[in-house]
Amino acid sequence: MLRIENLHAKIGDNQILRGVSLELKAGEVHAVMGPNGSGKSTLAQVLAGREDYDVTGRVLYEGQDLLALSPEDRAAAGVFLAFQYPVEIPGVGNLYFLRTALNSVRRQRGLDELDAMDFLALAEERMTLVEMDRSFMNRSVNEGFSGGEKKRNEIFQMAVLEPKLAILDETDSGLDIDALRIVANGVNALRSPDRAMLVITHYQRLLDYIVPDRVHVMAGGRIVRSGGKDLALELEEHGYIGLEDQAASDRSTPVGATP
Amino acid sequence: MTAVSSEVREFASRKYHYGFVTDLETDVAPRGLNEDVIRLISAKKNEPDWMLEWRLKSYRHWLTLEEPSWQKARYAPIDYQDIIYYAAPKPKVALASLDEVDPELLAMFDKLGISLAEQGRLSGVAVDAIVDSVSVATTFKAKLADVGVIFCSFSEAVQNHPDLVRLYLGSVVPYRDNYFATLNSAVFSDGSFCYIPKGVRCPMELSTYFRINAADTGQFERTLIIAEEGAYVSYLEGCTAPMRDKNQLHAAVVELVALDDAQIKYSTVQNWYPGDAEGRGGIYNFVTKRGKCAGANSKISWTQVETGSAITWKYPGVILQGDNSVGEFYSVALTANHQQADTGSKMIHIGKNTSSTIVSKAISAGHGQNTYRGLVKVLRSAEGARNYTQCDSLLLGSDCGAHTFPYVEVKNSTAQVEHEASTSKIGEDQLFYCRQRGIPEEEAISMIVNGFCREVFKELPMEFAVEAQKLLSVSLEGSVG
Repeated sequence: MLRIENLHAKIGDNQILRGVSLELKAGEVHAVMGPNGSGKSTLAQVLAGREDYDVTGRVLYEGQDLLALSPEDRAAAGVFLAFQYPVEIPGVGNLYFLRTALNSVRRQRGLDELDAMDFLALAEERMTLVEMDRSFMNRSVNEGFSGGEKKRNEIFQMAVLEPKLAILDETDSGLDIDALRIVANGVNALRSPDRAMLVITHYQRLLDYIVPDRVHVMAGGRIVRSGGKDLALELEEHGYIGLEDQAASDRSTPVGATP
Repeated sequence: MTAVSSEVREFASRKYHYGFVTDLETDVAPRGLNEDVIRLISAKKNEPDWMLEWRLKSYRHWLTLEEPSWQKARYAPIDYQDIIYYAAPKPKVALASLDEVDPELLAMFDKLGISLAEQGRLSGVAVDAIVDSVSVATTFKAKLADVGVIFCSFSEAVQNHPDLVRLYLGSVVPYRDNYFATLNSAVFSDGSFCYIPKGVRCPMELSTYFRINAADTGQFERTLIIAEEGAYVSYLEGCTAPMRDKNQLHAAVVELVALDDAQIKYSTVQNWYPGDAEGRGGIYNFVTKRGKCAGANSKISWTQVETGSAITWKYPGVILQGDNSVGEFYSVALTANHQQADTGSKMIHIGKNTSSTIVSKAISAGHGQNTYRGLVKVLRSAEGARNYTQCDSLLLGSDCGAHTFPYVEVKNSTAQVEHEASTSKIGEDQLFYCRQRGIPEEEAISMIVNGFCREVFKELPMEFAVEAQKLLSVSLEGSVG
């Protein structure tokens, strides 16, 4: 579904991604871990189409060149990013926002738009996945939401938009244990054979709830180790120390063709 | 950043959809201003002597005044002798009913989306249609007369209800008030008049639609609304003008009077031609609007959505004279291209426990300059007066500006006055968030801007809230390059 080849990204002179390669198949959940500043969130932003970066390399998504698409076209093609810091939009109702999003995506996919009643029925059903309270659905998008509510709202949006590729950027940060469980349950309920997920996290604890098929470790703007789910536990024990040295030594060798 | 910049550039050079000219046979006064022109206007309208005297008194006073220059707007000097002060579409026949309105005129209003047919889309709204200097049609007059509501052109009111006009004309905005109001008092040619008798809740929205059609003319209309004890009325004005290279002056006066327990809600959707992308042409909208809460427990509420005009210069205000009276001002002002707006409100607290609210939302794009200027004045007599003012500015791009000048004068120590202000740039983060969810950029900007304005839109009558949102969206149309 997703093949990232030798992806580089920089802002100004600040090189952040230095050759990331990764392959993700439909139905798989991969975790991307790594210390702060390793480029995890940049990877998420670049995949979603943030325009602040100079990007080189190649990203194939279902056979098409993802980097050539605008953010909204990527969304229509089924790419979803759960934001690390969900954005507040004052004066725009949460449900109104989501219906506009869903109908934009449906329009671009050549489907009929949902009317208010059908949409409401769908929204109410999906709301239960993240145990969301109806009362804050008509508040402005993320405005005055607690950290936990914002993250639940992201997963709720994902449940309504039904993406093929979901990228979760530090969805666990700022959550207490109960909120973490609710969010993880929501995510697990959305796992399916034709959906792939890239779960970005700093801590292993999220992976107790969302068990990944593969774990990748990023440091210094590239993936320095990949392995099964046990790799996360190993990192939990030993920390990220040493990985950055490894990334630095890798950098001194020329970046060759990727596998 | 680059994508947003181009978006903002496109936004700034948005198209104007009402810029067409209708070919109407027009009766015009000679160019320029002198006592003869004023006598001519008065004679055309067959006015009584007192009306002509009032005009001349105003004109003579105007000659002693200097054009003010304190506003934050720059424009070339206006040549008052190069303006045509009276232009009226020639009626083909004397009008006995709406059916006889010139089909060209009806077609023009249809094109503007305003139905003058009484079974039209906005069938719950009575419309007074004003083209250039005169009222051409007023709908639903008969139905309104059934409940005692008078809704007619100002000229008709002078003929048919002279006592009411004499009693209230200039009672809120005196002829000496300011340069443009004084000019208006001398040369005003028409406008709407509306009288709601005691205890009557006006059964439909009343509205005036202003259209400048003729070239080189100024529009100087005058609106007077009186709500007697316990009466209620909701009133809306809309305005458009053709695209012309030369600036045109629009200097209107609106006076509202609310007696005991009366309520007047006055909404404006102003979309005068704003000039082109280089700032050529457009309307100078220099308007004096004021309401007087003359009676106890009365309420006057101004809501305005200002998207047009090269320069907008107005401060709809309320004189809170009656005890416990309430004044409100809700405003959205959009300036793009080279548009300039210096607008805000004046709340004058005189009575006890009077309260006022000012909510101003300014959106600037392109080289637009948006200034909030407001006065809150609490007199010694205004025991327990309260004011809340909130001014928010949203900037799209880096060539535009937003400015806030609040003036507060409090002479009574029991008064409470609050002022909040914020300025923000349309967020890259907000835009990206919307787009990541699949919402195209153009729609996303429109959504964010509309959200920013929601507090004001919710004050508009339902149909017009929709119109206002559409207007902002239309302004954004074709903005993705």
